[in-house]
Amino acid sequence: MKEPMFIVSQEDWSLHRKGYQDQLRHQEKVKEAIKQNLPDLVSEESIIMSNGRDVVKIPIRSLDEYRFRYNYNKSKQVGQGNGDSKVGDVIAREGDPAQGPGKGSGAGEDPGQDYYEAEISVEELEEMLFSEMELPNLKRKDQDQITITDIEFNDIRKKGLMGNIDKKRTILEALKRNARAGNPSLKGGISIDDLRYKTWEEVTKPHSNAVVIAMMDTSGSMGIFEKYIARSFFFWMTRFLRTKYEKVEIVFIAHHTEAKEVTEEAFFSKGESGGTICSSAYRKALEIIDSRYSPAVYNIYPFHFSDGDNLTSDNERCVKLVGELMKRSNMFGYGEVNQYNRHSTLMSAYKHVNDPKFKHCIIREKGEVYKALTTFFKKTEEAKA
Amino acid sequence: MAAEDKRQLERAIDEITEIAKGFGLDFYPMRYEICPADIIYTFGAYGMPTRFSHWSFGKSFHRMKLQYDLGLSKIYELVINSNPCYAFLLDGNTLIQNKLIVAHVLAHCDFFKNNVRFSKTNREMVESMAASAERIRQYEILYGKQEVENFLDAALAIQEHIDPSLIKPQFDYTKEEADSRNTHRNLKKGSYDDLWALDPEERERREKEEAKKNQPVRFPPRPEKDLLLFIEQYAQGLEDWQQDILTIVRGEMLYFWPQLETKIMNEGWASYWHQRILREMELTERETIEFAKLNAGVVQPSTTSINPYYLGLKMFEYIERKWDNPTEEEQKRFGRRKGEGRKKIFEVRELDSDISFLRNYLTKELVDELDMYVFAKQGNDWTITEKAWESVRDQLVVSRVNGGFPYMTVENGDYLRNGELYLKHHFEGMELDIKYLERTLPYVHQLWKKTVHMETTIEDRQVLFTHDGKKTHRRFL
Repeated sequence: MKEPMFIVSQEDWSLHRKGYQDQLRHQEKVKEAIKQNLPDLVSEESIIMSNGRDVVKIPIRSLDEYRFRYNYNKSKQVGQGNGDSKVGDVIAREGDPAQGPGKGSGAGEDPGQDYYEAEISVEELEEMLFSEMELPNLKRKDQDQITITDIEFNDIRKKGLMGNIDKKRTILEALKRNARAGNPSLKGGISIDDLRYKTWEEVTKPHSNAVVIAMMDTSGSMGIFEKYIARSFFFWMTRFLRTKYEKVEIVFIAHHTEAKEVTEEAFFSKGESGGTICSSAYRKALEIIDSRYSPAVYNIYPFHFSDGDNLTSDNERCVKLVGELMKRSNMFGYGEVNQYNRHSTLMSAYKHVNDPKFKHCIIREKGEVYKALTTFFKKTEEAKA
Repeated sequence: MAAEDKRQLERAIDEITEIAKGFGLDFYPMRYEICPADIIYTFGAYGMPTRFSHWSFGKSFHRMKLQYDLGLSKIYELVINSNPCYAFLLDGNTLIQNKLIVAHVLAHCDFFKNNVRFSKTNREMVESMAASAERIRQYEILYGKQEVENFLDAALAIQEHIDPSLIKPQFDYTKEEADSRNTHRNLKKGSYDDLWALDPEERERREKEEAKKNQPVRFPPRPEKDLLLFIEQYAQGLEDWQQDILTIVRGEMLYFWPQLETKIMNEGWASYWHQRILREMELTERETIEFAKLNAGVVQPSTTSINPYYLGLKMFEYIERKWDNPTEEEQKRFGRRKGEGRKKIFEVRELDSDISFLRNYLTKELVDELDMYVFAKQGNDWTITEKAWESVRDQLVVSRVNGGFPYMTVENGDYLRNGELYLKHHFEGMELDIKYLERTLPYVHQLWKKTVHMETTIEDRQVLFTHDGKKTHRRFL
């Protein structure tokens, strides 16, 4: 029999998932790339200053498919006008020229401009960052054991209770479906398939409180850079503690030769001058703990940021007071912002403190905020298991 | 698709096939496959249904599918250069859409079968790619997914740098040969050799021979365009499976290459014929209007790029018109006879590729008629810089050279006598993207495993980029 000139067939393709699988792999790689960029992202100004509400856009360069190619911006192209084009006409402005129509049927699609910018919400970033962090395994308080159950709306499904309908997503779905049918409006109405519902999950949260005692040196030697580092660090630390404790309070103590409790704004913006006596801050912290935050109820996290340039005669007193603080706290953290690698009097005194509750870290550049976070909240082998 | 719809489609295909044959189109037996959108887009992203897995395909699949979901673009069909020829139709196409597509696809198939650039392509590529994909899957199991992916990343980064010439000399040299000739260059002289000096003729002959011998043997002897093959054959310490992957990537690129070289012609030819074929058919009023809309969408020109469908179509129509009505001078000088337009365009579809097509047939008349121009970036604006027809033609030709990829060759595979790889970009007016260059070199290094160099031209100066495994640095030559 002669072979037919043509055959028309239609098969079941539902098991052909290759495109989706490789798409998933690509998304995994995006995540990996973000993870590699964590140190830079953690000190990203737009995140710290936005108070964590925004979605940030980050260029992910490692996902480009690099190859030898021409510099598009430096080469000439050919286009086509309506019949009255003249030399000097501007046909497109900065940004890529609009893509031409044509329907692109062959295998070789235009090389085009193809850079990748990933969008990531601060929440996602937190999830990645905090997965590497753990509260140091310290003494548990009775209050820690008490947990409460809460509900959290965190998923979108196609079926659900009418009262929980997600209007925005439903409209979006309807728009998408209508656009696919070639009618990008809502004229086609909303079909049952478009409906999206919010659903919840029950979450268990520890019913416990924590307080961060943020202490910072505001003496003349602490500049904008030093303050920014401290600010980034406290930003992430507070958010991290919030995932572990139901309520996290922060007390800000600014000090130079004497210490006082200040507002958050004053803490990060106020510039002072003069010398440095760190023990004043520790004494103030002890005073606040004793009067307001009983160690029986609160998990206490005193953190001190300084450039290490303390009055030498004060160092001994500092060591003693830190010891006192540690008796009342879960841990004590000392972060030294030392951009120029100066000799630090305070650090040389703290070198001899040998207590698992005492942690210190030296930060020399922006990217090291991440290092500081992972130093203070390193996952111990025990915790990982 | 309902049975009745399928019958209708089959009747239409039957009719279109007859009309196409009547016009003299010559194609392989056809296999039409109706598939859902995500499958068409998968094939579009991979270039072939059976191709191996890689995240980069997933990335383009995602992008294409998203554009479809948002109603921004739509692929109606996909056709594969194979025998029998596979064409994939989007499930949900209307009958008239399918009619246009079938006519379009038949012309593509005629082009695949008859254009000389495709004469060496593997018509069993669907099966070959399936077998390759299977082997790569095996390598993933044997050597680890990550390992294979890393290697593919590197291989795909240089996949365009092959030699697609139809007549290609085999590599007939080895590094050892070059080495041994270089070390034995200074032959010992015999004790009586100085006697030859007494005979001037003989002396001259021997001196010449000596000089030739003393010429260092280059490796490769001629600059080598096929970087992929060169690495596959001469890189030190490649495992068998890695060599196999390079062979696969290169083979698939060789298969796709003629499509890169004939984009304008191929799409123009298909658009020319879908119009001619549908004009022969009895269409209802509604169908006629829908066809006109579809066709207009396909051949719509663009201000910022060249629509190959439109340009190709216009050029074929122009050639046909010119050869149907030759001027008296053309009749006298070239012996052209009236009414040979059809014959001529069939000849063009057989012998030309985009470069010769543009060079031979894109005339002043056409450039003016189509209002084509050259534009470039000036400050923040993309501005029209030239309208002279020669500039337009030449710019288009330049952009099609080497499939639109920078032309580079292996100059030396034993640079500094240290096994380093020296590549040279043959600068033809367009600079390389430096960021990309600096990030592609590590891939070449990953394959070659020794320091790699790339010579190119930036701002009229020769620059050498070097990557030693840790850092890429550059210096002026």
